[in-house]
Amino acid sequence: MPNKTRPASLKNISTHYCSGCGHGILHRLVAEVIDEMKLSEKTIGVAPVGCAVVAYDYWDFDVCEAAHGRALAVATGIKRCRPQNVVFTYQGDGDLVSIGLAETFHTANRGENLTCIFINNACYGMTGGQMAPTTLVGQPTATTPWGRNPKSGEGWPVKLSEILATLSGVAFAVRSTISSPREVIKTREYIKKAFSNQIENKGFSIIEVLSPCPTIWQKSPINAMKWIDEEMVKTFPLGVIKDK
Amino acid sequence: MKAKTSKKVLMSGNEAMAEAAIKANCFFYAGYPITPQNEIPSYMAKRMHDEGRVFIQAESEIAAINMVFGASACGVRVLTSSSSPGVSLKQEGISYMAGAELPAVIINVMRGGPGLGNIASAQSDYFQSTRGGGHGDYFTPCFAPYSPEEAARLVMLGFDLADFYRTPVLVLADAIIGQMMEAVEFPKESGFTKKLPPKTWALTGKSGRTANIVKSFFLKEGGLEVHNEHLRKKWQKIKENEQRSDTHKTNDAKYLIIAYGSEARIALEAIDILRAKKVKVGLFRPISLWPYPEKNLKTISKKIRKVFVVEQSLGQMVEDVHLSIPEKEIHFLGKTGGGIPKAHEIAKFIEKHAK
Ligand SMILES: Cc1ncc(C[n+]2csc(CCOP(=O)(O)OP(=O)(O)O)c2C)c(N)n1
Repeated sequence: MPNKTRPASLKNISTHYCSGCGHGILHRLVAEVIDEMKLSEKTIGVAPVGCAVVAYDYWDFDVCEAAHGRALAVATGIKRCRPQNVVFTYQGDGDLVSIGLAETFHTANRGENLTCIFINNACYGMTGGQMAPTTLVGQPTATTPWGRNPKSGEGWPVKLSEILATLSGVAFAVRSTISSPREVIKTREYIKKAFSNQIENKGFSIIEVLSPCPTIWQKSPINAMKWIDEEMVKTFPLGVIKDK
Repeated sequence: MKAKTSKKVLMSGNEAMAEAAIKANCFFYAGYPITPQNEIPSYMAKRMHDEGRVFIQAESEIAAINMVFGASACGVRVLTSSSSPGVSLKQEGISYMAGAELPAVIINVMRGGPGLGNIASAQSDYFQSTRGGGHGDYFTPCFAPYSPEEAARLVMLGFDLADFYRTPVLVLADAIIGQMMEAVEFPKESGFTKKLPPKTWALTGKSGRTANIVKSFFLKEGGLEVHNEHLRKKWQKIKENEQRSDTHKTNDAKYLIIAYGSEARIALEAIDILRAKKVKVGLFRPISLWPYPEKNLKTISKKIRKVFVVEQSLGQMVEDVHLSIPEKEIHFLGKTGGGIPKAHEIAKFIEKHAK
């Protein structure tokens, strides 16, 4: 069950995130699971380039930087050298699905025994709200001012977890959100399951989390959560996609 | 595993570099196929498996350098190899490693460029190799072998130097050195005698210590300036301590050829041709391209009347010669795109200008 007190693996400092941003909740969930599973001395995290670039300032375990999009290549290097450690990446949609897609796909295809936590906020937060591969059709962004339009060559939202689930190396693929306490608790269970999979040498696990970005979406924190429940889930349905 | 003095083995330069990495306890290799260095990943695939170490054929050079980044962050010795276009792709990763102070050996078996160029020998990645190569304020030590045996020794040296200074190190071979077969005797040691520091910064899980972070990001005002000044001191130390070069017949020389890598081999033959005609010519051979061996070059060139720089490029190293000995008369002979200045061409060029 979730702690009421701050988990030891989360440092006692305030974050730089905007109010209503999902990263705070997700940093905490990762820290809670690591504490509960007594993994803080065994974990090596890999931080992305994106809004969560300084995740290592907030977590209290070993963390490695990675160039934009390359977190899973970095994690592959770490895990192959230190199979006794629990290794995870924490990446946004631009990082994981756009610039890093080759690394994402091939790490999953090799069935690397590690965990990928994918924060899908349907935009590039860090650079000011440009279109991401996961931007919804019709969703306005800094680079799709009239809304994403597949007919004008802007493509369709990429359902990465479904695509990766087709690969034999992938053990576990799931999509969740943090739009309500119930969903938060579910997401926490998925993270726990993914770490357990890794300890049991099951291969690659991905947890895609639909996560609010009130600043870029230009919505109040509450309306951002509502937009996930009412709009995002239509394109990105929640639930277990693969559990091998 | 300590390497024993081995008998001579017939090997290509590529295989010699790969075996040298094995002997230097390289634990992790990742690479992507590209000619003329394909013998390296093939050799490593087998030998790393035999030794119970890690070999990965990556999906690209970008993935390979970032895998190497992660492995190095764990404190093991790491190698990647490629050829010119592939090394261009690795540059972002090399810049990150320089910033994060991660040791690695990176082999570039140069081919012709720009673009896809060709697969013939070239020395046209000199600028890229000696001026940082990627973005930001940094340098990478860079060593250029002129034989398979020296290539092996420089790979071993590269691992020690990388660990000592916490920096990526380039071994810059060319296609001729990578492909040529020669008898190779592996040295017992790299020749680097300084004591290597323990890797207390490595990511191993924070058992018994506070958390470690490997990063090149310094967002707070002034933070990057402090970090880069720290790097500056390191580059300065490397410049002072790690210049390496060799000479041939320079004692009585009035004329000096400066060449590195396979071109230095060819220059030796040009010297024989010229010496037979009583032209007093010698060779200065830079082994470290960065730091450039300017101290030795300054000393050697004191009694030299004219200097001849020969490269398999349109003229890249020649700039460092001008910077090192600006007072000298310097002539340049270069061929590009797979063209190789031959011994008789070098001899003719020198005869023309030596008068
Ligand atoms: C090679 C490179 N290209 C571009 C950037 C600029 N950049 C930084 S973060 C980012 C996008 C981040 O978006 P996402 O991964 O979705 O994460 P978020 O910020 O939304 O959490 C980009 C394009 C960079 N740092 N490096």
